[in-house]
Amino acid sequence: MTNTGERHPIRIIGVGNLFRADDAVGLLAAQRLKDLVKDRAEVIEAELAGLNVLDLMSGTPAVILIDAARSGQPSGTIHRLDASADPISGDLFPHSTHVLNAVDAIEMGRALGLLPSRVILYGVEVGDTTAGTALSPAVADALDQVVEKVLRELEGLACTSGS
Amino acid sequence: MSESKGTNFRTIAVDMIARVEGEGALRVTVKDGVVQDVELRIFEPPRFFEAFLEGRHYEEVSDIVARICGICPIAYQMSAVHALEQIFAVRVEGTLRDLRRLIYCGEWIESHTLHVYMLQAPDFLGYASAIAMAKDHPEIVTRGLRIKKAGNALMTLLGGRSVHPVSVNVGGFSRVPLRRELESLREELLWAREAAMETIRWVVGFDYPDFAQDYTFVALHPPDEYPFNDGPIVSSNGLRIDPAEFEQHFSEEQVPYSNALHCTLHGSPYCVGPLARLNLNRDHLTPLAKQALADTGLSLPLRNPFHGIIARSVEILYSIEEALRIIERYEPPPSPSVPVTVRAGIGMACTEAPRGILYHRYRVDHNGLIREAKIVPPTSQNQRRIEEDLRAYMPRVLDLPNKQAALGCEKVIRCYDPCISCATHFLKLDIQRDA
Repeated sequence: MTNTGERHPIRIIGVGNLFRADDAVGLLAAQRLKDLVKDRAEVIEAELAGLNVLDLMSGTPAVILIDAARSGQPSGTIHRLDASADPISGDLFPHSTHVLNAVDAIEMGRALGLLPSRVILYGVEVGDTTAGTALSPAVADALDQVVEKVLRELEGLACTSGS
Repeated sequence: MSESKGTNFRTIAVDMIARVEGEGALRVTVKDGVVQDVELRIFEPPRFFEAFLEGRHYEEVSDIVARICGICPIAYQMSAVHALEQIFAVRVEGTLRDLRRLIYCGEWIESHTLHVYMLQAPDFLGYASAIAMAKDHPEIVTRGLRIKKAGNALMTLLGGRSVHPVSVNVGGFSRVPLRRELESLREELLWAREAAMETIRWVVGFDYPDFAQDYTFVALHPPDEYPFNDGPIVSSNGLRIDPAEFEQHFSEEQVPYSNALHCTLHGSPYCVGPLARLNLNRDHLTPLAKQALADTGLSLPLRNPFHGIIARSVEILYSIEEALRIIERYEPPPSPSVPVTVRAGIGMACTEAPRGILYHRYRVDHNGLIREAKIVPPTSQNQRRIEEDLRAYMPRVLDLPNKQAALGCEKVIRCYDPCISCATHFLKLDIQRDA
């Protein structure tokens, strides 16, 4: 599930369902990032994780979450939200195939005082989420982009954490 | 929420019903103060998965169906492997059978605790969400999260991944745990047993509406244990059939307003899930769970859908005790699975998903490829029953402002823990009534 057994100061969590078409995008991003970040971060592929994201975030100061989003914007649109300071609107991430979603996990963590000090959430607008293993073209492009964005985010977080 | 006025009807539309997993919509039509129609629309991906499974090798099925539902992957795997094992005349017994019960315990603990604490308790305590509830009752929500985690640990150990199990397969498991691995979970389960008893005492104290309904309950009913993986299907009306006979008695029909099929028993609605299981299998509870149920002061059968939260809580306690029993006597089997010889045929199975019986049928060719798949999830079986409950409940909320009326309907729907996650995103509510 993780790329190493060690604990890193930065954790990347990709959420998705591999067999629900575009819904897989966060999970696929985590799979790609696992090879790319090597020892710079811990990467977790959280399939269908839902509220368990709360457990997956524990014990680390900085988390980057990647999940499918659906807010009515064109599919492939990438949202970046800094959850560290202010609550995130649930409107962007409606109740998803992963039970209570990543935003619920973040806000539950905030309510219980369990949130890591930095939480950055990337949401990729999805189209088809019925059944299948292929991403729609717009979301496939967004997958490339979100991986790049997370790599840049990682550099920023590494600088601010002084590592 | 939006509101519009036509010549005869007022329309109330709520864009999302919180704490119901999945996508759907409810339309209620009221004329002259009388409920005309109640239509629950559910978008149901298991149907897409049926087509997706065709042409796949039987060994892929368990892994694919585990992704249909984020909440009950074990249930989908179990119904699938049991149906396929019926085709190949494979019998999984002894310790391997115990391990399947054990992983199912994990799923019930996790799924039920999620529903009791995070999805339904806020209705009784007057909160819009579990997150809002957590701000006022952090110790209660933390207890729920910890019980849930104990269930998740069982699924992780036996399934390889937490909410996405990969190791249940036709013939058994891809691997089995060491004795010490299971023993490492014991201490937390002992804590969870106490917490489950506290949970029952907590939910019994809620304020329940007086809303007993006349149900036909349907559940598996094995001779000597609380049901998970097998047993005949029985009903409170005297039905007793083998799961292979399911389609001779239960039929699905298309309704114009939903792409989910409605399942009925001999043409009538029925109820599956914790209420049905508890009412039909109370004798198979552990002594402690029986006592906890007796201490509630309620007499069975429970006929109030709002009491589902109590039934679920009793089943959490039962699952923890059953998990402890299996762990305490566990000796690793010599092999993680029994040999499978492929042959062509048709196999059917029902297992008890957290929300009720889940039926699978597969037709396999002599190469082991799936030629046909049929899946009847519990939510589509409860769908007609939910509509009947709503029809009975509507007169209580018709005089309320639209927002409160909608909330009342949501509460009824949530009693069933409808896993429309088998169905994705959100539920829209639309009440039409004369202006």
